[in-house]
Amino acid sequence: MAEIEIKNLHKSFGDFVAVQNSNLIIENKEFFVLLGPSGCGKTTTLRMIAGLELPTSGNIYLDKQDVGYLRASQRDIAFVFQLFALYPHMNVRNNLAFPLKMQKLSRSEVDAKVLEAAKLLRIDHLLKSKVSSLAGGDRQRVALGRALVRRPKAFLMDEPLGTLDAEFRELMCLELRKLHDDIDATTVYVTHDQQEAMSMADRIAVMNEGVVLQADSPKVIYNKPKTKFVANFIGSPGMNFIPINEKISPSQSSIKLLDSSLNIPQQKEGTDSNENFLGVRPENLKLVSENGVKGNVFGVEYLGSRKILTIETQLGNIKIRVDSDTQVNINEQIQFDTLNNNQIIFDGSNDKALQSDFMS
Amino acid sequence: MDTSRSPLEATGFSRKLAATIIIVYMIVTLIPITWMVATSFKSVDSAISYPPEVFFEPSLEGYVNLFTNRSRQPKDYLDSLPPPDTWYEELVRSREMVITGPSKFLPRYSNSLIIGFGATFFSVFLGSLAAYALSRFKVPLKDDLLFFILSTRMFPPIAVAVPIFIMYRKLGLGDTHVGMIILYTVVNLSLSVWLLKGFMDEIPREYEEAAMIDGYSRMQAFFKVVLPQATTGIAATAIFCMIFSWNEYAFAVLLTQFNAQTAPPFIPTIIGEGGLDWPAIGAGTTLFLIPVMIFTVVLRKHLLRGITFGAVRK
Repeated sequence: MAEIEIKNLHKSFGDFVAVQNSNLIIENKEFFVLLGPSGCGKTTTLRMIAGLELPTSGNIYLDKQDVGYLRASQRDIAFVFQLFALYPHMNVRNNLAFPLKMQKLSRSEVDAKVLEAAKLLRIDHLLKSKVSSLAGGDRQRVALGRALVRRPKAFLMDEPLGTLDAEFRELMCLELRKLHDDIDATTVYVTHDQQEAMSMADRIAVMNEGVVLQADSPKVIYNKPKTKFVANFIGSPGMNFIPINEKISPSQSSIKLLDSSLNIPQQKEGTDSNENFLGVRPENLKLVSENGVKGNVFGVEYLGSRKILTIETQLGNIKIRVDSDTQVNINEQIQFDTLNNNQIIFDGSNDKALQSDFMS
Repeated sequence: MDTSRSPLEATGFSRKLAATIIIVYMIVTLIPITWMVATSFKSVDSAISYPPEVFFEPSLEGYVNLFTNRSRQPKDYLDSLPPPDTWYEELVRSREMVITGPSKFLPRYSNSLIIGFGATFFSVFLGSLAAYALSRFKVPLKDDLLFFILSTRMFPPIAVAVPIFIMYRKLGLGDTHVGMIILYTVVNLSLSVWLLKGFMDEIPREYEEAAMIDGYSRMQAFFKVVLPQATTGIAATAIFCMIFSWNEYAFAVLLTQFNAQTAPPFIPTIIGEGGLDWPAIGAGTTLFLIPVMIFTVVLRKHLLRGITFGAVRK
């Protein structure tokens, strides 16, 4: 298995810049997820690692060897496509054996490896079936089997669960992660679905407009997002951004919100800008009876175990997560306050999070 | 109101109308073919009798005449010969003739097979390579190139007969199998490139990308993964190419004479005593129909899929 390093990777298609000076290190045996909205460059990055696209500039190292400009067939990696790309004119066995046929193995070796992979994925009873007769999940397993049958240095997966229905997707998430652990693989996984990313990844890299914004463990990405985009993209609903019309100075530990003042984690950085944002997650706000920020209930979303309230305030619309048995009515006047001392200040000039006691 | 029927299904009336049109069309199409096959089993006299005989005594005279050369002999010479060994010799003798040797039909027929299948193979093979390249790669001036390829079919091929005739004479390609295969391949290529490009566009790139990641070169991926999936398109294209090269008459008349003459210019020249030998011509045409018919029947499953391929996303 392998370590993958991406250095100053850049890719443009004509005028369109797909990936901008990206740097990433994907460690051995890591389950690494590239997450972002469509068109953010995550798939292009993956295809460059695979060798399906050549970088405009920059390098890709696989186990310290520069493979950026090698052919896909010379890199010893495997790729699982969103649409599986199983060869319809071959049965399951031949699909699995296809990558091995280039390796000059004897027939019995090929058969043994195919059977081993099939057993691992519990598709050994399907070996003689036609690909077209398989259900979505089994096709997915065959696609995975074809990837792992020759034990490549790394697995690259491009939204492999995208076409499965929701119920099955959750099951496959678990299976994929277990498979990854069982065979000690290094996996790079592309998705736009944050739930998939959060549930499977060791580390997540959030991308937008061709730039890697942050690469960290799911917990850090969620709790300590480094930019406004990451804070908003991760979590459903995303983080609230409350405008603050004051300059933030280093060591500041409270801010003015309307008429009241609010304690924040002690800042280590200040801003030049007068327009900044206070970032706070919906679950870190609570309803209070007095001394809170006032607002009107604008909307209530019932989600079973909890409710999401949208509150109309002078500071803009704010979302709050409350227990589902909390009684609130539309247009009701309420007050709310912060719950924990884990707010983040975003610099309004560049949307970056400021360093503070909490962030570092 | 009948609600058991889906609103998308045709009503009883339109079904009957469709069936009637098909039956009428079938009759119109089949009458000449039936007459041709019937003529091939008539005797020379009954073929030209008036009014035409719909019911007649079948005879294999046409087929015998097609495959043999004969000469008329005086009665006493025929009597002096030993009795005939075979049924066809007997048939010829009863017309006061003897067989002098095989006719040129078989060599002409095999020329047709060689040139027809050869040209079909090369049009489809070269066409699929070009179609793949035009479908997958950034080719400079791709649209102009495609239009140029199409434009070669905007005039009837025979319009360039004179330059081709002169060119072939200078190059020594006139009356050769190679020459005819090249000519028919070139004529078919534009159709084949355009048809196959449509099919190639439908095949997701992921298939060959998967193969290339699995250690195959692009060429290997093309042959092992892309081509097998284009069988539908290849079959449909092959049928069109085959029908053209098999039936082509004008160039065959112009460019072939002895060595590489195909069946179409040969069949109408079968002359018996006192005019055209209609039963032999009927026999030649009937036999000429068979290969292209078998070819189409074998590939018909693909042809039907080929016509609707890509119309609806699977």
